[in-house]
Amino acid sequence: MAKVAPELQYSDEHEWVAREGGNLVSVGISAVATDALGDIVYVELPEVGSAVTAGETCGEVESTKSVSDLYAPVTGEVTEVNPAVVDDPALVNNDPYGAGWLFKVAAESDGPLLSAEDYAAKNGGEL
Amino acid sequence: MTENYTALYEEHKKLGASFTDFGGWQMPLKYSSELAEHHAVRNAAGIFDLSHMGEVWVTGPDAAAFLDYALVGRISAMAVGKAKYSLLCNEDGGIIDDLITYRRPAPADAGSEGTDRFLVVPNAGNATVVAAELAQRAAGFDVEVDDVSAGTSLIAVQGPKAQELLLRLVPAAQHSLITELKYYAAVEVPFLVGGAGQELLLARTGYTGEDGFEIFVDNDDAAALWQAIVAIADEGELTPAGLASRDSLRLEAGMPLYGNELSLEGDPFAAGLGPVVALSKEGDFVGKAALAAKKETGAGTSSGRKLVGLKGLGRRAGRGHYPVLKDGAVVGEVTSGQPSPTLGYPVAMAYVDVEHTELGTALDIDLRGKAEPFEVVALPFYKRQK
Repeated sequence: MAKVAPELQYSDEHEWVAREGGNLVSVGISAVATDALGDIVYVELPEVGSAVTAGETCGEVESTKSVSDLYAPVTGEVTEVNPAVVDDPALVNNDPYGAGWLFKVAAESDGPLLSAEDYAAKNGGEL
Repeated sequence: MTENYTALYEEHKKLGASFTDFGGWQMPLKYSSELAEHHAVRNAAGIFDLSHMGEVWVTGPDAAAFLDYALVGRISAMAVGKAKYSLLCNEDGGIIDDLITYRRPAPADAGSEGTDRFLVVPNAGNATVVAAELAQRAAGFDVEVDDVSAGTSLIAVQGPKAQELLLRLVPAAQHSLITELKYYAAVEVPFLVGGAGQELLLARTGYTGEDGFEIFVDNDDAAALWQAIVAIADEGELTPAGLASRDSLRLEAGMPLYGNELSLEGDPFAAGLGPVVALSKEGDFVGKAALAAKKETGAGTSSGRKLVGLKGLGRRAGRGHYPVLKDGAVVGEVTSGQPSPTLGYPVAMAYVDVEHTELGTALDIDLRGKAEPFEVVALPFYKRQK
């Protein structure tokens, strides 16, 4: 069963949020989502400096079988994106909570976020 | 919808498959990574469960004449041992299914009456409809239509190592049955499974663009055969492969999928399957008048739309139902598309207005509001080195 990292928070759309100190958060997608998507072959990330709004789309994740929107789990300004996943999207499958992180946001506010327990209960992941 | 499980369902669970519904069947989508499974078939071999496909025996003195009437191809011209790709069309020329027909030797108890025997293999979702349609069309012919889909499993081994692997399960004296078997032909082969020899129908057919085989086996013996094939392979020689990789392999090989490229509303000429329609064969066949009329209008050549291959110039893939554009105007629709794992760029099949189908034509696919450049290329996208 797909792993749900216990120390993170999750959106309903399967993004995870990690607190990096201050109002800075990093964002990725859960292993539950990467399992469902299959092998990811392309990611389109928001641009550094752009504003993202919780619950709204800010990019795309394309797998061999389908395309999914990427939703911002928080509102704020994008401060950094992960160039490694743009070059090698398989990182998102292989290490969704680590090297496969997607972007960082200086967050003004959070969207509705679930605890790891609630997310796992709802989506069938394993803590 | 009823959920059907193949006789190999437990094998798939043991291998950690994730499942998907396909034509009412719970089928393995992938076991680990669909990309790894795809590459395994191109570079070594993959084993697929295709038990969701149908199997319909057509037997009797009129079997060949009946299939000439029921299908669009000249089935009677096929030699015993061979296989033929054909279509089952309705009176309007719409495609009910695409299927493969194998001509088999007459049954041992047939006597000298010239009894012929064919195995028709329709697609999973269409198997019941095809069997019923064949039974109905059989009226007036001395022929028996026997749908054995429910009791029959089908295991495919596809890839450059497929022959070598299967030879390990067959007595050396019978190896030539396999090594001399031509593409689109089938033969009964004694497989050593569970300590005993067992005659199984082995076909050199497939849906991946690779050399490979399909083996018909009773449900009761399917798991033992699957396990024997998996066990005979060394590390890295054979990978269980699911429907996700089957789809990317068949797309690279430019093979149409019923429901995507082929449908009741579509026609064989637009799909590039004109050569499969034997308008000149003797006698009538179902759909003949409608198909002749369609051909007369230049369907797929000078009128209407035509199925083409599109190669992506960027990294984004077109997907089913996305519009195809020429200078911003809609001129077609994608039927299948995804990134090609073997070629490293996106590929798609699409129906496009015939005036924009010349090789090299620059077209765009509308990717959710963004026009992404593609180019018309010849099908198949991928052809194995022989």
